[in-house]
Amino acid sequence: MINQVYRLVSPRQFEVTYQDHSLKSDMIVVRPTHLSICNADQRYYTGSRGKEAMAKKLPMALIHEGIGIVVYDPKGEFAHGTKVVMVPNDPTEEDPIIAENYLRSSRFRSSGYDGFMQDYVFLKRDRLVEIPEDMNPYVAAFTELITIAMHSITRFESRSHKRRNTFGVWGDGNLGFIMALILKKKYPESKVIAFGKTQYKLDRFSFVDESHLIDEIPDSVEIDHAFECVGGLGSQYAINQSIDFIVPEGSISILGVSEYPVEINTRMVLEKGITMIGSSRSGRNDFQNTVNLYKEYPDIVDYFSTLIGEVQTVTSIQSIIEAFEKDLTSSWGKTIMEWKI
Amino acid sequence: MIYAEILAGGKGTRMGNVSMPKQFLPLNDKPIIIHTIEKFLLNVQFEKIIIASPKEWINYTNDIINKYIDNRERLVVIEGGEDRNGTIMNGIKYVEDTFGLMDDDIIITHDSVRPFITHRIIEENIQYGLEFGAVDTVISAIDTIVESEDGESISHIPVRDFMYQGQTPQTFNMKMLKEHYSSLSSEQKAILSDACKICVLKGEKVKLVTGEVFNIKITTPYDLKVANAIIQERINHD
Repeated sequence: MINQVYRLVSPRQFEVTYQDHSLKSDMIVVRPTHLSICNADQRYYTGSRGKEAMAKKLPMALIHEGIGIVVYDPKGEFAHGTKVVMVPNDPTEEDPIIAENYLRSSRFRSSGYDGFMQDYVFLKRDRLVEIPEDMNPYVAAFTELITIAMHSITRFESRSHKRRNTFGVWGDGNLGFIMALILKKKYPESKVIAFGKTQYKLDRFSFVDESHLIDEIPDSVEIDHAFECVGGLGSQYAINQSIDFIVPEGSISILGVSEYPVEINTRMVLEKGITMIGSSRSGRNDFQNTVNLYKEYPDIVDYFSTLIGEVQTVTSIQSIIEAFEKDLTSSWGKTIMEWKI
Repeated sequence: MIYAEILAGGKGTRMGNVSMPKQFLPLNDKPIIIHTIEKFLLNVQFEKIIIASPKEWINYTNDIINKYIDNRERLVVIEGGEDRNGTIMNGIKYVEDTFGLMDDDIIITHDSVRPFITHRIIEENIQYGLEFGAVDTVISAIDTIVESEDGESISHIPVRDFMYQGQTPQTFNMKMLKEHYSSLSSEQKAILSDACKICVLKGEKVKLVTGEVFNIKITTPYDLKVANAIIQERINHD
């Protein structure tokens, strides 16, 4: 079968390419229905990844957040039409210690190999997780982003001390919102404090115990553990600020991606005995845990639905470009493409 | 119910001196028709996918389906007709004899030698087929269309903005098409080679679905070269 793959070939330019696939394989075929744009995709789309990375990785289909329906399962385990979330990480080996998303041999969609912008996506059997039939598809579309927060919480839980009275979340964007919300759900007795730069964004965090603009934090604030969800050059300020407000022996989970190395106040990291936990991407277990979270806390899905920003129906390459451009000018929330191309 | 019919009734004379009809020639090492069937198999809405083949090629068609496709429950190979419309009518007859014809039943008919079809084109054919009863897939005319009645000089140049090039699928409410087709005389049947034209002449509204430039029909050796080239041009980043 000839599968259409919609690849970014240079900044702001997509082209359709064709790949021959056979149905006589053990791959499951999924028709994407809702795809969500991530900042990482935007860095490729706008060309801000830098010349070298662009030359190395393009042409490539973008998007690693998305859901679809199963249209073909050679073993017949998934019924036709089953709604699933697609797992973008693709491990090529197993390791008893190192998680699949940290193995250097793993491939990741829309980072060096084709993402979900395709007519049909061919997936290994363990690279999809069924989602509830009645789940809001626009929220389900950005499940992958939610798994990032879930994954970092799992790592935090196994690596940090057990006093969890106060959490600090730096970043008032989508990931900061998701992180603060999941922490509040999982630790209802703990205090969750959000730190951000923009008041109207912080105003969305209605469920937190406190929120502060980063230049107006009272000296009395103390946190046991911090989560940095800022990224870019801003992550430097966020990490150093969290070092200032953290109680000794606390942990700082770092989630924000930066193109450039950032400077960290290591003197205070040492003096306070802080544990820094790096966290990146997620694996199949995190997807399963996230789907379980949806089932366990149905109201959390309603909170997530406030993150739905622009919704763009995509029927052509031109409408893909419109979706990416709309996303660039959107100040809040996720841009979802209804994939009807 | 929604049915698909892959039209592979032709024996193809334009491909030149080849040993078999063009739909069986390899595209990237797999028969063209298999690529097309696979794309239809991935649409879960089809009750049955009917493949209409020349009588003497039915065994061959079944053999290559068995070779390349594991789950063939939704596929059936039938004999094609004398001409294109005859082949479509055979598909409708198969449905009528096997399942019975319901008022809302539609059939999405597609050239077996257009393997580059997309999910969207099929979906929109289904959607509008159910809504309008007749659908044609077209792209805007790229070249100026020149009409010449005697083949010697121009008799008319239509406004290009109104011109489209027909592709497939073409989709029909089966009861409607059957009724109109059976009302034609033998002479009319011989002239009206396009089923959408029958619908238009009978006063039916035929809805347009936008095709794709790459939804090409592989009919000449040149087309096959182009088709192989565009599959193989991909840069492998896997």
